[in-house]
Amino acid sequence: MLQIDDVRVRIPVTGGRWVEAVGGVTLSVGSGEIVGLVGESGCGKSTLGGAVMGLLPSGSQLSGQVLLDGRDLRGLTAEEYRRVRGNDIALVSQDPSASLDPTFAVGAQVAEAIRNHRDIGRREARERAVELLRAVGIPDPGARYSDPPHRFSGGMKQRVVIAAALANDPSVLIADEPTTALDVTIQAQILHLLRDLTVRTGTGVLLITHDLGVVAQVCDRIAVMYAGQVVEQGTVRDVFADPLHPYTRALLDSQPAAHHQSGDLPVILGQVPDLTDPPAGCRFAARCARVHDRCTAAPPVVETRGGGRVACWLHDALPPVAQEAS
Amino acid sequence: MNPRLLFVLRRLGLTIPVLFVMSVVIFLIIRLVPGDPVRTMLGFRATPQSIAQVRAQLHLDDPLWMQYRDWVAGVLHGDFGQDFVSKAPLSELLAQRIPVTLEITLLSMLLAVAVGVPLGVRAAVGGRWARRLTEGFVVFGISVPDFWLGIMLVLLCAGTMMWLPPSGYVPFLEDPGGNLTYMILPVLTLAVAEAAYIIRTTRGAMLGVIGRPFIVYLRAKGTKERSIVYRHALRNAATPIATVIGIQFGVLLGGAIVVETLFALPGVGRLIVTAINQRNYPVVQAGLLVVATLFILVSLITDLVVGFIDPQVSDRGKS
Amino acid sequence: MTAKSIPAWVTAMVRAFFWLPRSARAGALILVVLAIVTLLAPLIAPHDPNAIDPTHVLAAPDLGHPFGADALGRDVFSRTVYALRTSLAIVFAAVAVASLAALPLGTVAGYFGGWVDQVISRPLDMLLVLPALLLAITLIAIVGPGSIVAALAIALIYLPILARVQRAASLVVAHAGFVEGGRARGWSSLAVLRRHVVPNALGPLLVQAAILAGFAVQIEASLSFLGLGTQPPTPSLGLMLSEGRDVLTQAPWVEIFPGLAIAVIVLAFNLLGDGLRHRLDPQGMVS
Repeated sequence: MLQIDDVRVRIPVTGGRWVEAVGGVTLSVGSGEIVGLVGESGCGKSTLGGAVMGLLPSGSQLSGQVLLDGRDLRGLTAEEYRRVRGNDIALVSQDPSASLDPTFAVGAQVAEAIRNHRDIGRREARERAVELLRAVGIPDPGARYSDPPHRFSGGMKQRVVIAAALANDPSVLIADEPTTALDVTIQAQILHLLRDLTVRTGTGVLLITHDLGVVAQVCDRIAVMYAGQVVEQGTVRDVFADPLHPYTRALLDSQPAAHHQSGDLPVILGQVPDLTDPPAGCRFAARCARVHDRCTAAPPVVETRGGGRVACWLHDALPPVAQEAS
Repeated sequence: MNPRLLFVLRRLGLTIPVLFVMSVVIFLIIRLVPGDPVRTMLGFRATPQSIAQVRAQLHLDDPLWMQYRDWVAGVLHGDFGQDFVSKAPLSELLAQRIPVTLEITLLSMLLAVAVGVPLGVRAAVGGRWARRLTEGFVVFGISVPDFWLGIMLVLLCAGTMMWLPPSGYVPFLEDPGGNLTYMILPVLTLAVAEAAYIIRTTRGAMLGVIGRPFIVYLRAKGTKERSIVYRHALRNAATPIATVIGIQFGVLLGGAIVVETLFALPGVGRLIVTAINQRNYPVVQAGLLVVATLFILVSLITDLVVGFIDPQVSDRGKS
Repeated sequence: MTAKSIPAWVTAMVRAFFWLPRSARAGALILVVLAIVTLLAPLIAPHDPNAIDPTHVLAAPDLGHPFGADALGRDVFSRTVYALRTSLAIVFAAVAVASLAALPLGTVAGYFGGWVDQVISRPLDMLLVLPALLLAITLIAIVGPGSIVAALAIALIYLPILARVQRAASLVVAHAGFVEGGRARGWSSLAVLRRHVVPNALGPLLVQAAILAGFAVQIEASLSFLGLGTQPPTPSLGLMLSEGRDVLTQAPWVEIFPGLAIAVIVLAFNLLGDGLRHRLDPQGMVS
């Protein structure tokens, strides 16, 4: 299982300045669990994924702890981290057309994922890859093994990517907007495939998305991210039924499904804060409908009734989370 | 039908009109010479009788299309006509000359690829020093004229490496070691500029590929960096590299003309130059025909190779 | 001196110079110096380039003969200066002829497209079937060697390349808004071409011409080296390299300086061309 503890990521930008893309995130993904990480684009959710994978832009600074099955990934050498990637943690990213090497047969790309971590022969890897392609629903996988990616549809390519990601039964899968580039009808198929396969093998999934509908379909828990911080997390049932953080509420209100009667979507006014110089207090304060004096100071992280967490002054009567360092 | 087979057939089909036009242009050379080509060829030996004799021998009095038909038919049967000066059959002459030209161009190409591709990759993914050194080499290789480089190499060898012959030739089958020794300087001379272009193209293509998302995804699979660079990125960069190698082969064939003259190698290039100076038109035509055909064949092979490396190319326009 | 007394073209030149990227300025500077040297050759060369001097046969470089003397005692420095003049004249003529022919052909092919494009582009593509130097040699085989033929041969090599670049540039411009505007205003095709397409599509052609000019020096030298270009006694860089080969070990200076001159010109044109490319060809139409 994956435990992320107070992770901060700073990425260098031009002019010797830094962007604090992730500002102290604590999060965990248990075995067989699907956790949705939700937020607007640029909120740092993909950067968090990169931090876990050890694939941040060069020159980035990372602090805090990333524990995978109790092992801190931060101290690993490049070669040690390579052995973890694709083996213990795997990635499925947004655009399957861009994820696959256009000049290699799809089957070979799955077999490569196996052979990167296992000392087995070509033939054996091929057989295993065909089985994986079959498991993700590629019809006639033996024949299609040698086809290049561009002869597959987007949905089929994403199935190939998933097959390669799950090739070595990883503990955790980071799925970064895995369905955004696909048609709506295909999206549901891919999500359920992901769900079925990971539940069966006990792989935990961190599903990064901006789409609450996706979270409602397949996730067990949800973490809502805003401007580099997780503002609220809990079970999907609790958070959807009673969102405590004003940002979560605004996000839920802006989903099309909730308003298909009236036709107009409420939008959250204002702009995301500049993360080269993040505000000291609550980062959502400038756009919050329920902002008040205390919001200029960093909000307390408190525990909700369902075992979730929220970081907001509106709920400071709830018990604080003990181990949280603010 | 198999898309690759279709691709090969289509590309072969494109080559035929090119060969046709090329052969017509080379055929016409002798007919385009201002004034009477036979008088020019014979020079001071021209008498009405000798002119008439040569005109008959070259079939210059037949209708043009018939002359072309006979010439092409001859070439297809391996009969390139006669050397106008020595009266020897050209097919024998060409059989001696072609291997020499092929040997220098192919060896230069091999050397340039063997040096240029790895250096280009290092220039793209290596540190600052790798980048600077290769950039310097590229500027040098592109700016310095090949034959001057050859002359400087001769000068260098005359001073320090006496054992290297400055010029001359023995056939490979007679004396392989000697043959290769004679090849060292000409091949080096041609390969430097060649390698410079290959480095520049490799570097540019690699930089383009390294930034693409599938490279990140390969890292996420735990692929070794070495394999990412040399197996995946290089294969994706191979299309522009192979294309440049094909184009540069034409430059090499041109360069071979100069280098053969410089190092006194009995290749097709020197044959053409000598023949032009002697107004020996049948030899000029045969020589140009051989070199141009080589070039067209290499372009064909390049395109086929690109099609096989990158399945997207061979699949294009399938429907 | 007040600003008013400086002629407008001088200020324009200076402005153009500083508009170039830094590396290109070096190239431009070298070319300006070489142009001045070539124009003032009679003043700069200390000797008659063809004056035979039996007392100085293969003389090593000294103050009187900074580049030494050749097998006939001729001053290598003076010959190099005059040879630069020949080479640059041939190259200038070749690139100018090719550009002037490519400009209308490429513009019309790109602007009208369709069968007009086919009629213009297909025959030009055929010229690319032969390797460059071979195309030049083919022409020389027909017409016979000489400086003017060499210039025409180089122009023939460059015509399809330049026309292709110009075609691509005018294809892009032809679909730009302001050209549609001109057409909508009822201008004739010729007026649209002259006022909109040509001025806006000129950049890439200029870049390609600058890069090709450098290689033209190499091609010209190669042809002369083979005895197919400039004929003796006119001094030419390739010819000097050919003549000096026999005395290479005794008098390497006869070979070194003309070769260096070629390398410097090619380098200068390349630097200039690359700089111009950054400024004038953002879409990368030049190969």
